Amino acid sequence: MKEHKKQYWKGIEQLTEDPHFVAKAEREFPEYLPVGEAAGGDGSEGTTRRDFLKLMGFSVAAATLASCETPVKHAIPYLNKPEDVDPGIANYYASTYSEGGDYCSILVKTREGRPIKIEGNKHCPITRGGTNAQIEASILSLYDQHRLVAPQIKGKKAKWNDVDKQVVAGLKKAAASGKKISIVSHTILSPTTKKVIDEFIAKYPTAEHVVYDAVSYSGMLDANQECFGKRVIPSYKFDQANVIVSFGADFLGTWLSPVEFSKQYSLGRKIGTSRKTMSKHIQFESNLSLTGSNADNRFRIKPSQEGVIVAALYNHIAKKTGAIETISGSGLKDEKLKKAVAFTAEKLLASKGSSIVVSGSNDPAVQTLINGINFALNNYSSTLEMGLPSYYKQGSDQQFNQFVSDAKAGAIGAVIFYNVNPIYNTAKGAELANALKNVSLKVSTNIVKDETLAHVDIAAPDHHYLESWNDAEPIKGHLTLGQPTISPLFKTRQVQESLLAWAGNGTSYLDYLKGNWKSSFYNAQVTTFGFQAFWDKCLHDGIYQHGGMFAALADSVSNMQDVAIGGQVFTPNLSKAASSIAKNYKENKKGTELVLYQKIGIGTGYQSNNPWLQEMPDPITKATWDNYVTISPALAKSWGLKMEEGIFTKKAKLTVGKKSITAPVMVQPGQADDTVGLALGYGQKAAGRVANELGVDAYPLISSINNNQSLAATDQVKIELTSEKHEIAHTQTHHTFMGRKTVIQEATLTEYKKDPGAGRFHPMIATSEGKKKPSEVSLWKGHEYPNHHWGMVIDLNSCTGCSACTIACQAENNVPVVGKKEVIRRREMHWLRIDRYYSSDADENDTTGMEEPSANPEVVFQPMMCQHCNNAPCETVCPVAATTHSTEGLNQMTYNRCVGTRYCANNCPYKVRRFNWFKYHDSDKFPDNLAMNNDLGKMVLNPDVTVRARGVMEKCSMCVQRIQNGKLEAKKQGRKVEDADVNTACASSCPTDAIVFGDMNNPESQISKVLNEEQPERVYHVLEELNVSPNVFYLTKVRNKSKNGKKDA
Amino acid sequence: MDSTYRHMGMHNMVKHLSKVTALLSVFLFVSLVTKGQDTSATAEVIVEQPAEGPAEDPNGISADPAIIASGKTIFENNCYQCHRVHKQWTGPALKDVYDRQSIPWLISFIKNSQKVIQSGDEYAVNLYNEYSKTVMPNHTFLKDADIMSILAYIKAESANVPVEDTTTTTSGDGNQVAQTQDSPYLTVIFGFLIVVLVLMVIVLGITITLLTKYLKGKQDLDEADKELVEQKLDIQGIFKSTTFMAFVIFIVVALGAKTAIDSLFLVGVQQGYAPSQPIAFSHKIHAGQYEIDCNYCHTGVTKSKNANIPSANICMNCHTSVKTESSEIKKIYAALDYNPETKEYGSKQKPIEWVRVHNLPDLAYFNHSQHVKVAGIECQTCHGPIEEMDVVRQHSKLTMGWCINCHRETEVNTKGNAYYDKLMEVHQKHSKEPMKVEDIGGLECSKCHY
Repeated sequence: MKEHKKQYWKGIEQLTEDPHFVAKAEREFPEYLPVGEAAGGDGSEGTTRRDFLKLMGFSVAAATLASCETPVKHAIPYLNKPEDVDPGIANYYASTYSEGGDYCSILVKTREGRPIKIEGNKHCPITRGGTNAQIEASILSLYDQHRLVAPQIKGKKAKWNDVDKQVVAGLKKAAASGKKISIVSHTILSPTTKKVIDEFIAKYPTAEHVVYDAVSYSGMLDANQECFGKRVIPSYKFDQANVIVSFGADFLGTWLSPVEFSKQYSLGRKIGTSRKTMSKHIQFESNLSLTGSNADNRFRIKPSQEGVIVAALYNHIAKKTGAIETISGSGLKDEKLKKAVAFTAEKLLASKGSSIVVSGSNDPAVQTLINGINFALNNYSSTLEMGLPSYYKQGSDQQFNQFVSDAKAGAIGAVIFYNVNPIYNTAKGAELANALKNVSLKVSTNIVKDETLAHVDIAAPDHHYLESWNDAEPIKGHLTLGQPTISPLFKTRQVQESLLAWAGNGTSYLDYLKGNWKSSFYNAQVTTFGFQAFWDKCLHDGIYQHGGMFAALADSVSNMQDVAIGGQVFTPNLSKAASSIAKNYKENKKGTELVLYQKIGIGTGYQSNNPWLQEMPDPITKATWDNYVTISPALAKSWGLKMEEGIFTKKAKLTVGKKSITAPVMVQPGQADDTVGLALGYGQKAAGRVANELGVDAYPLISSINNNQSLAATDQVKIELTSEKHEIAHTQTHHTFMGRKTVIQEATLTEYKKDPGAGRFHPMIATSEGKKKPSEVSLWKGHEYPNHHWGMVIDLNSCTGCSACTIACQAENNVPVVGKKEVIRRREMHWLRIDRYYSSDADENDTTGMEEPSANPEVVFQPMMCQHCNNAPCETVCPVAATTHSTEGLNQMTYNRCVGTRYCANNCPYKVRRFNWFKYHDSDKFPDNLAMNNDLGKMVLNPDVTVRARGVMEKCSMCVQRIQNGKLEAKKQGRKVEDADVNTACASSCPTDAIVFGDMNNPESQISKVLNEEQPERVYHVLEELNVSPNVFYLTKVRNKSKNGKKDA
Repeated sequence: MDSTYRHMGMHNMVKHLSKVTALLSVFLFVSLVTKGQDTSATAEVIVEQPAEGPAEDPNGISADPAIIASGKTIFENNCYQCHRVHKQWTGPALKDVYDRQSIPWLISFIKNSQKVIQSGDEYAVNLYNEYSKTVMPNHTFLKDADIMSILAYIKAESANVPVEDTTTTTSGDGNQVAQTQDSPYLTVIFGFLIVVLVLMVIVLGITITLLTKYLKGKQDLDEADKELVEQKLDIQGIFKSTTFMAFVIFIVVALGAKTAIDSLFLVGVQQGYAPSQPIAFSHKIHAGQYEIDCNYCHTGVTKSKNANIPSANICMNCHTSVKTESSEIKKIYAALDYNPETKEYGSKQKPIEWVRVHNLPDLAYFNHSQHVKVAGIECQTCHGPIEEMDVVRQHSKLTMGWCINCHRETEVNTKGNAYYDKLMEVHQKHSKEPMKVEDIGGLECSKCHY
């Protein structure tokens, strides 16, 4: 008989053996446990307790094993070592940076095949070895994870073959239907690329090349077309000018070719025993720009006044010189402005033929008058070369507008976006995005996943410029080559090669480039025999002067001015300009006006996903990671707004016409009253993890004047303060130097001429034996420096504050990026900061008043890094002797000995020591620190410099790795160290040669000559009274004006 | 009283004698050990045999014995890896090479062979193809005069066929390594001293026994003396005494602590680490038996911070024709996707993952060229007898103490280096000691840590 068994059940599911119940019945915890995910599964299959225990056991065992055994490290040598690559030795390759017309001839330092640093190419007569922050930082953009890794078709990864098939089919279809094929690009400096595009156009006759620039110079080009018959920009020679007048052109920061102009400008501004004169710089502008902050005289004007003032100056000069006819106009009424114009005209007329007037305006009428002024002043023979034009900007706003309306009208069959992002960086982005629906083939060659990518069918990503072959012709006859410094990291293809392929030409771009150089340049020269030799030489030097020597070419057209006077060349339409100005500008227009500008680091936003640039303090505002509306202190006062600690601010609603944005407010001394400023390049939606949604997008606010892009909005601008709070990550909350002569020492040129030591402050210490120099009252015995004594001199007169050194230092020394929150906590890690001080109008005894900068303050920039004190206060307080003095004058910081007491930082009078509050590398907490937190980014690290661990102090080492390397090279050759052997990253990047580094024990070194022969009177130590005896020296700032702190006019 | 004093004296004497004997034995032991170490350190003396050469020749190749001798050194350091005079090796036999091509041709080929080949020189191209496109390394560092002296040596050797034929193919190549010798006087003195010491120990031992026996025979000893003479150890008592227990505990704790501390200091120190490598390359064969210069493979050692683990193409300079059947060599072929039959390289190349033996921490910067090129330190100073190692092992500790110690003891190699002129001048002003690395800042943190 069957045994009866009573059955019990917990629920109906068990009784019915419901599959869901059965599946879970075996488990102790039927609910979700996140263990499986940790074990590598996706968690869906569930995890048993045993798995959990297994996993735990394994982890413990693994951890124990790992801590006992030293990990096995592998060394993987080359299979076939290239002859010229040696692990451990840096190779330098000459190349060219030419993004969107920004030009610099560079040397790329590579280690084991990885580019790690960019230096200027000293052979280049244009940039002369200088760089700027954007160029220095571009090395990190190479290793950006946001780059496209392969071509895409409709958002899916594809093969190049398929891309080519689809593109060619699309192009043929467009050509057959008679619709336009548009290649949209920024300015292209490369003559060979232009040839490629010509070949493409020859293949597809309906094709056109549309050139636009995010910040346009179209109006200026149009004016030159009208005046000189050529749509080009002259080359400028700021070094030849005794008087420089700029109307809103930030030529030291962002205008045309800032590296070139900074070099030239600094040459004219350097003074010393051998040269006791300097150029005079007058700036008219609304926002306080980098250039304006370096001007001797700065006049704050509203953008609506610019045309009237230029016209007044024009008439003034035309009348006095009689070289050109005057224009009709009402003239100025405001006494202050009248005085300013008269003052400027007087200075200009005194330097006829050796002055320069530039304007950042994109209004052809203003530029026509500027040309007229320069013409009347006879400047076209000396400081401006129309016969030696520069090609930095070639864009045409009309052409671009036409393209957008064509697209809207459906007249365009195919469009190729050649490394441009017009959806973001034009005012018509949204309009274009809509119009693109009418275009059947849309291709983008951009290297990153940007805003435009979402609106195209095919992404055919270009190489990064450091992976590409290229050439450039920035100035007529001056050619440079760009060569790849690393094998392509991803499955990208050089855009020129793509265009050639689509045009049915299968040659590689290198062969094409060589072919073009052979036919265009090699065959036209006689100095080098054999094309390979010619090519090798050009590639080695990075540059080639076509058509004989540079100077010879310049000479041949130096009589340009004479030709012009014959009425054959200079043909301005003055009456048109005059009427246009009368229409568009008013001397006393009421209401707020907006001036958009580019930040030194971010520019147009092309490299905004670069954390180095985002964290670089803006030279003027010292703010990081943000853009903001700059307002004048007067407006802030009327609102009752105060930026507490310089960080806490409120947002304001800015309305221009029908568009409005809400952005934080920044009180900016020097901002013209009734104007506000806002930087471009922010508020991107697809720039990458660093820049996405950072700041606000100002491109939609761009307006137009005379059919050209205008960065100034003069009508219907409203600004209202909201109650929304915001924090701005400022690195310097002090505005003025509070009259402390021990920090900033300055004089005027008049004073300097009388006494080279003018402005020097000599502190004295009161002792029982009377007053003594600080160095005479010392507890220190001093150090002996038997061989080298490294030192640095920083000329405050040359430093423009451009911050190239900050980024150069960051790249060289593996300085981490900490992110906005940490900057707000004042934990930024830059070894080299640039202190920016305003002057104050207040009386010296009025301490609160001294804190407030004047409405239009004088500005001084002071690069500040470890001063390598001989009597270093940090060294004496370190309990573990982690910071010590070397026999070469260096204050050494030993990370592996540091225990992080931070006594040294507390005792440092210059506040240049930086503490690693966190582990910034290999950390999920600092994803923006791209250079240290992913395998791709890490390729940029300098292998000779330790990546610092959490809890240790760090600071400027005076690039000790470079010093050691330079010494070793000398030792290997059995000779003494020369100046050329060692240079710090900051000094070598400096576009104004403001920083001189060298061995003070070597009487032949440049630094010894500066200290002892050229500038002995101007040399001072910051905080000399402390007698810490730094090895970093500063030279007094000298301004070319009659009296400091007061206006000439 | 008198005898008491006498006995007291005797008693003391026994005590002292025991001490002296013990000391002597210890000294004896120590000196023997030291002596043993001394004899193991040997000095190699290489005796060079100047070769006789024929008279001046039309090519301008010298017959000066001095030049031939220097040519020989250069030849052995730079050419010997691939060339023999009378026999075809990796490269062609060099006998009468100056008759085959002109001197300028030879100079340019030796300096940069690829340049000559690329220039399309027929002879060079044929040669290159004949030797299966083995690239001869550049010798741009050789001066023309150096090359002339190599040729002089080759010429002298060429004439010596019958005598030298056998030796050129063996490893000796005319070099005679002198027998290692110690100074005979030192040994004699040392031996004598040891004998004296042994005798002294024996004599003292006998004296102690005699004296003890004598004292035992005496009846008028006081308590203390009796105790000394009739020493009987109360072993149990000693073991149970607090002093003894405390002493034992102290020793155990102290030894334990020392071991712990010592082993802590050794965390991460991999002295003796000798991992097996993916390819059983033997330095003993290459550097020891065949005397291939370290520079030949470790190309970076005089110019870079890295000595460079040689790339496989350097192996192939010889191993296209040497030991092609070896299973280890086949691993190189596999890595390079090389077919020894067709002598062609394929595309499926895969780098060789060697195991790193010497691992310095990332925080320490070390530069080979500073030590090898500038200071002229032998590889063996740090890497040990590498020419005897089948498997490379870490010879030195590679600890900071080890580095620092060497910097304290090593004299700076200033000879002929103008870089050190000023340092030397300053040093000599206030010191008569030789200038050590320490004296020119060799112990400063930023020399290695940055």
